[in-house]
Amino acid sequence: MSSFQQRDIISIRHFDKDEILYILDLAKRMEQTDHTEILKGKVLASLFFEPSTRTRLSFESSMKRLGGMVIGFAESGVSSAAKGESLSDSVKIVEGYCDIIVLRHYLEGSAQLAADVVKVPVINAGDGANQHPTQTFLDLYTIQKTKGTLEGLTIGFLGDLKYGRTVHSLAYAMAHFGAEMYFISPPSLRLPGDFMEALKDRKVKCHENESLMGISKRLDVIYCTRIQKERFADPIEFEKVRGIYRLSKTMLEDVGIKDNLKVLHPLPRVDEMDDSLDATDFAVYFHQARNGIPVRKAILAAVLGVIT
Amino acid sequence: MKHLDVAAIKDGSVIDHIGSKSTLKVADILNIQNEEQVVLVGMNLTSKFLKKKGIIKIEGKIIDQKEANKIALIAPNATVNIIKDYEVVKKFKTVIPETIEGMVKCFNPNCVSNHNNIKTKQHVINKNPIRLQCHYCERIMSANDIVLI
Repeated sequence: MSSFQQRDIISIRHFDKDEILYILDLAKRMEQTDHTEILKGKVLASLFFEPSTRTRLSFESSMKRLGGMVIGFAESGVSSAAKGESLSDSVKIVEGYCDIIVLRHYLEGSAQLAADVVKVPVINAGDGANQHPTQTFLDLYTIQKTKGTLEGLTIGFLGDLKYGRTVHSLAYAMAHFGAEMYFISPPSLRLPGDFMEALKDRKVKCHENESLMGISKRLDVIYCTRIQKERFADPIEFEKVRGIYRLSKTMLEDVGIKDNLKVLHPLPRVDEMDDSLDATDFAVYFHQARNGIPVRKAILAAVLGVIT
Repeated sequence: MKHLDVAAIKDGSVIDHIGSKSTLKVADILNIQNEEQVVLVGMNLTSKFLKKKGIIKIEGKIIDQKEANKIALIAPNATVNIIKDYEVVKKFKTVIPETIEGMVKCFNPNCVSNHNNIKTKQHVINKNPIRLQCHYCERIMSANDIVLI
């Protein structure tokens, strides 16, 4: 296993199974013990060129809870990007002010570009529709905690599989654990062909469906995603698929599910999950969002080299 | 005496066994328009292996393996012959490199390489059939997606 010290966290593809399990184990330790001073004197630059609530705030909270400090911005309009500064120049400047950069940007590959031009470690907090590796670590942590294992599960991905970066990252990661995968979406939002091919190259059993009918009883986990209006160039195309799925307690009972099914969602939700789900045993999405703290604490501590 | 469809050169390089339709693209990559000496380009020549092939002969220029590899993506079967005094003194095949820089446009319109002034970069994840993975956005391109810059 490669060391995490000073390592960029760009894509879940860069981590093997042992490295993933190491972070999940470290997250568990972070939940069990307070480490209030281990990042004292360290500065995190939080550069969000795209809106975020959970990711940005949980990174900032994690850094502060470990004794570190945070600088940065929450929208590109208040940075020099608004004056036309290139991303490369922006991160080269910020590098001089911090020990680690957390970057969210609407262009795919932006985190890799930043990592290539600066010496401080870069954590990808979402690059367009591509990757969101720390979300994947917390998704895996949630599945492991609530299902007791990551091995041999059957997982259904539901919603926007074309632009949903959390789906792409999680599907890739779950391939390490022998998962069988159902991709449930309207035809226009199917998983991109090259992603599907990459999964099949790794011998993953993949299925494509347009609804949960007939398959719901096989699923251990449903990973539901929002259909992201902001990713559609054509509003008419968005309207065609808007509200196409709506998970509710009644709906799941009607189609039939396993007793111990767990429903995850990276949030925010709009209309794809009804509030009636919230009080059920299979809703774990709020718990999932809270897991952002131990997981991001683990990643920050490992990358900044203060814990092994 | 063997008849030559394209005249011989005295000293220089001959790129042979180019897929006929790729000949002009190869010529473009090798930047032949800036050559000062004789350049001969042949297309649709008979070939045992390719049925129709292209050939480019450049007088006064010695192509090395690194430069030859630049054309490997579009002419994977090409061979380079180095000519000295009308004789072949060296012969080698093009090899697809592990990483390709500044040659192929990423097919993903949202890739950062299509928006910032940076050199494109792809990792070759399969040589036959060719599959390239963008260093930045990670999307995987197959032969039909490849557009040269």
